[in-house]
Amino acid sequence: MKQINDVVLRTATKAAVVIILTFSVSLFISGHHRPGGGFIGGLAFVAAIILLFLVYDIESIKKNIPIDFKIIAGIGVLTSVFTGVAGMIMGKPFLSQAFDHVNLPIFGETEVASAVLFDIGVALAVIGTSLTIITSIGDDR
Amino acid sequence: MIEGILFVSLVLLIFSILATIYRLVKGPSAPDRVQALDALGIYLIAGVAIFSVYLKSTAFFEVILLIGILSFIGTIAFARFIERGVVIERKQPD
Repeated sequence: MKQINDVVLRTATKAAVVIILTFSVSLFISGHHRPGGGFIGGLAFVAAIILLFLVYDIESIKKNIPIDFKIIAGIGVLTSVFTGVAGMIMGKPFLSQAFDHVNLPIFGETEVASAVLFDIGVALAVIGTSLTIITSIGDDR
Repeated sequence: MIEGILFVSLVLLIFSILATIYRLVKGPSAPDRVQALDALGIYLIAGVAIFSVYLKSTAFFEVILLIGILSFIGTIAFARFIERGVVIERKQPD
């Protein structure tokens, strides 16, 4: 098999992955009032990792990210369910959320919602599930 | 005036997208179809950008970035499949 020169692709990927990860965090924290949220933030995160998988190979990425993605999916689902159950403990219906306005030093008046925890759980579940699917069906064995 | 220009460019974009879809369906070889898909993503980005200028709104900028990212990744995946036969390699051939 002939050696393929893909220096351009690797150099562009090193810049693009940082941009995509930043964009995924921006999508994640813009949720609940504007388009965004846990699901699409997790999918954009997965897009960055898939780009790494495409340009490099499975073994070096798994060596540098030594995390089992199935465990991440489980932790995410558990987090989402427990934030739902916390509403039941307080005497409200399942999945009811609370929010409050807090004065933070730099950001000023900020709205802090407990839906962020639920969104973190959704994002972790999406990341774990998608990466598990990609690494199991994308394998060339 | 400016709205007329934007409307005309949207109509022209529709013709471009139709021509690209013709290439996507008809295209004799696989690289032609991959090129057509990439161009289709760029036309969609252009259409959304013109539409957000028309509405004077910044609400669609995330859509533009997201279509760009997904089109980039899809093009790279198809190119690797055409060139090497596999999409994701298990080990670095060195």
